[in-house]
Order: sequence, then C-alpha cells, then structure tokens
Amino acid sequence: MEHLIPQLSIFVLACFVGYYVVWSVTPALHTPLMAVTNAISSVIIVGALVAASAATGGSEISRWLGLGAVVLASVNIFGGFAVTQRMLGMYKKKEKKVAAGK
Amino acid sequence: MEHALTATPAWVSLAYLIAGVLFILALRGLSSPETSQQGNRYGMIGMVIAVATTLIVHGVGLPLILAAVAIGGGVGYVIAQRIQMTAMPQLVAGFHSLVGLAAVLVGVAAFLNPVAFGIADLIHVAVHFPGVQIDPTPVGTIAIIHPASRVEMGLGVAIGAITFSGSVIAFLKLNGNMGGAPILLPARHVINLGTLVAILALIAYFTTDQSAWVFFTILVLSFAIGFLLIIPIGGADMPVVVSMLNSYSGWAAAAMGFTLQNTAMIITGALVGSSGAILSYIMCTAMNRSFISVIAGGFGGDAAGPAGASGPAKAYKRGSAEDAAFVMKNAESVIIVPGYGMAVSQAQHALREMGDLLKKEGVNVKYAIHPVAGRMPGHMNVLLAEANVPYDEVFELEDINGEFAQADVAFVIGANDVTNPLAKTDKTSPIYGMPVLDVERAKTVLFVKRSMGGAGYAGVDNPVFYMDNTMMLLADAKKMVETINKDLG
Repeated sequence: MEHLIPQLSIFVLACFVGYYVVWSVTPALHTPLMAVTNAISSVIIVGALVAASAATGGSEISRWLGLGAVVLASVNIFGGFAVTQRMLGMYKKKEKKVAAGK
Repeated sequence: MEHALTATPAWVSLAYLIAGVLFILALRGLSSPETSQQGNRYGMIGMVIAVATTLIVHGVGLPLILAAVAIGGGVGYVIAQRIQMTAMPQLVAGFHSLVGLAAVLVGVAAFLNPVAFGIADLIHVAVHFPGVQIDPTPVGTIAIIHPASRVEMGLGVAIGAITFSGSVIAFLKLNGNMGGAPILLPARHVINLGTLVAILALIAYFTTDQSAWVFFTILVLSFAIGFLLIIPIGGADMPVVVSMLNSYSGWAAAAMGFTLQNTAMIITGALVGSSGAILSYIMCTAMNRSFISVIAGGFGGDAAGPAGASGPAKAYKRGSAEDAAFVMKNAESVIIVPGYGMAVSQAQHALREMGDLLKKEGVNVKYAIHPVAGRMPGHMNVLLAEANVPYDEVFELEDINGEFAQADVAFVIGANDVTNPLAKTDKTSPIYGMPVLDVERAKTVLFVKRSMGGAGYAGVDNPVFYMDNTMMLLADAKKMVETINKDLG
C-alpha cells in the first residue's frame, strides 16, 4: 500500500502531461501519433522480461509466458517505431523540392 | 512475514523515469512535422533505456531473450517496411491486439509467479492451505499476493484482454476479412453491461480470494466483452474504435506498471491512454456523436448497404473526364476533398499528379481534410504525404472551410457524408450537427463517385449531387483521375 500513493501521483500527473502534449499534436500527424503510442506502450516488455527471467525460480509456465510476451512486444516496438519513422519521412514541405518518392 | 521485494537501487528508478520523460518528448515532437522525426528517436532511446535497465537488474538469461527479441523485432520491422499506407488502420489495430495480448501474458505470468514480481509476501505455514495453488509454493510456505496488486493485476489483464479481442475484431473488419456492417445481437446492451459488472465484481472479490478460478474467469469474461463490444460497431465508426483501443492499450500498460511498480510503464500508460481518449473525443466531435452512442454501436454499415437513395430518381448532371479537365484547367483555385474512397482505390498518387499538372497551368491547388475522412485519425494526411503532397498544401476543416466560397472548383473524391449540407439544415437527418466541408459553396463541384447508387455510410442522400453547379464523375476514383490527367497533359 505504501507504494501506491507515489505511483498514483505519477500516474495522475502523467495523465495531465499527456492531455496537454496530445492536444498540441497537429491533426496531420494523428496517424503517426497512434503508431508511436502503440510502440511506446510496448514498454510492457519490461514486465515480460521480468517474467521471462524469473530469477527467483518458480514456474516454468510463467517463464514461457514471459518469453511469449517478449516476442509480441518486440513486434510492436520494432514495427511501431519503424512504421512511424517511415511515415514521418514522407511529410515534406513545399519549398524543399525533394525528388524522393518511388 | 518476509518481504519478497528487495529494494530497487536508485539508479534503476532514475533510468525508468528518464525513459518515461523521453516518451513524453516523443509525443511532444509530433506537434510539427519538422520536429517529429527527432521525437521518434527520443522514443526509441527511451525504449532502449527501459529494456537495458531491466535486463541488467534482473540478470536475464540473455540468449533466449535475444532470440525472442530478434524473432519479434524482425517480424515487426519487415511488416513496417512492407505495409501499404492505405492499410495503416488495420496495421495499427493489429499492433494494438499484440500489446493487449502481451499485457495478458505478463499478467498471467505475474499471477503464477508473484514472488518474482515482488508483489507477494511469503508466509510460512505449518499446514497447506487448500485452494491456493501459487508457484512457487515450497512446502510450508505460500505466496500471498498483496490486495492492491490483485486489483492492479485484475484490471491489467481485463483491459489487456479487452484490447486484444476488440482489436482482433477491428483488424478483421478493417482488413475486409469480416463485413463492415454492424452485427447486432438481441439484448446486447444487457449482455454487455452484465458482463462488465461481473468483471468488476470479480476483481473486487479477487482481493479476498486469490484462487485461480477467479483470476481466469476475469480473463475469459474480458476476452468475451472485447469481442462483444466491437462486433456491433460499423465500418465508418472505426476511427473512434481504433482510437479507443489505442487508449485501452495504454491503460493496460499503466495497470501493469502499477503491478510492477515501474515508473516508465505508468507514465507511458497514462500518455497513451490519454492520447487515445483525446483522439476518440476528436473523432466523436467531428461526427457530432456521443462516445456512448458510438460504443453502443449499430450505426453505419459500408457504403454498399441497402440504405441507398429511396424515392424517385432525381436529376443530376453527369460529366466526363474531359469536361472535368477543362473546368479545372480554366479555374483559378481548386480545392481537393479526399475521402475513404480515395484510399480504397489507391488514387493518391494519381491525385498528386493531377495537382502538379494543374499547378503547371497556374491553378492554385489545396487539399481539405475532414477529421473523420478515412478509417483512422489522420489517415488522409498520411496517404497524401506518401504521394509527396507537401503538407503545407493540406488543410484541416476549420482552416479551409471559409475558402470554398471563393474557390472555383471543389474536387470531391471518395468522400460523401463529410460534404453533406443536410448536416447543417436538416434536423431529422442522422448526421445533423456534424461539421461538414462547405463544398456546395464553390462555383463548380466535381464529385467523383463510383455510381449513383449507395449513399454514404450514414445512408443519407447528398443534395450536392443534384445541384446545378455539380458535375458527377461516375467511375473508379483512380481511373477517373488518371483519365483527367491524360486530358490535362
């Protein structure tokens, strides 16, 4: 219980930070926003790593579940950041006449 | 009683905090396209810090973990490079489902091995407690999970499971494996509410009884409710659904962060959760619908639905590509209004070419985007960016709506309801009150549409079709634009 209050404080403040930061995101970038939030929410891999390591011994099942979660979260982390980077690379300004494209 | 959790070193807490701050900066970067790529790199650095810290602290058996990361990472990277931009909504839905499932797996692992997660006290007992099957249970010792952790864990797996099954359905609908039309079960509101109440009640009960059946019943019910919640929601409401699931994946991560007492996870979860919630709100406002009514579902199948224009056929003017090319060539300004139909027929590249040809003729070309055009927030912007349309030629509804009155041509391609003036005048219309693009104010409206049958997703006829200054261009969007380009060139 003694952990709960500091954690809750962080959580509530982070919600407010999120509120203001997300409203400042330009609507043109809402799709990359979803892709990148998806990538960072895979920070859940931290929990997966703890389960997969389970240095304290314990159940074999728990370790394999953790390993499975590591695979899933990795798909998201690499996929999410890569696809965000790819999308953001497409946004070009008028002045710069870049001959990118296919 | 002994506390299983050894105190976390200060540098570890700091490292997770830094990771959390870097994630905030990643979102902050998205306030403009110029800073966005740097922001994304902050996000990557944050993730590396979080993962590295965990690996060091927990002394993870490296080879197996690296193999898991390599497999998952490789798959993710290849998908990210190959995916078509038009398929972005289903990709994001698919990724959400993975976050949800990962949260569930972590939750189950934590339930089976609570001591490793530092959320349980070992109690030495002489007798074996019946009904308690928690590993590790050395003879004479049982792991009692802290009641607060049980709530966090229960919420975490419940939200994770909802995110997973909901996203799978959203993915199937967006990917076309499942019809976009809403599937309506009888008494679905009662079933859904009952299931939700049951899940909450079980989580409360879980604090008094940590039996496996309680935990796994929560899990099963949550999978079911995610499925039940999304099947009645129609294709056109998908922008809200995708945003909502985005939000859920964040709350799931936050709940697991509480369980693991991990600052990076809590901060990230809160960020992602509020981000998805705000996007859902923006989408709902753009459709003038309440969040509750979207979630209740039943609105809007696909354009192919039976709700076509009823009554006597009204007169409309049909034009050819040649006519369209002529009108636009002689215009001073053209505003292009893309919608989901443009994405479906992959017309964005041809459209950009058309814009270039017109600019060569000295025409002022702009793009107008409605917030719910497409199947996810910002969908049209990404497609236009992919086709190399400069982002400063692309405008949001409130920034460009005043300009239609001065524009010579409004070129509507694959959009319908978002241009329907009935939303402003007809109180009985299902889309009444929805902010729309005032295309009818332009001198000429060129409306690219596959055929006259089939109204928009709302099943509402659009009076713009029958106006004197409207020319209907009935064809596949991409083919029509390509033919116009030939006539322009």
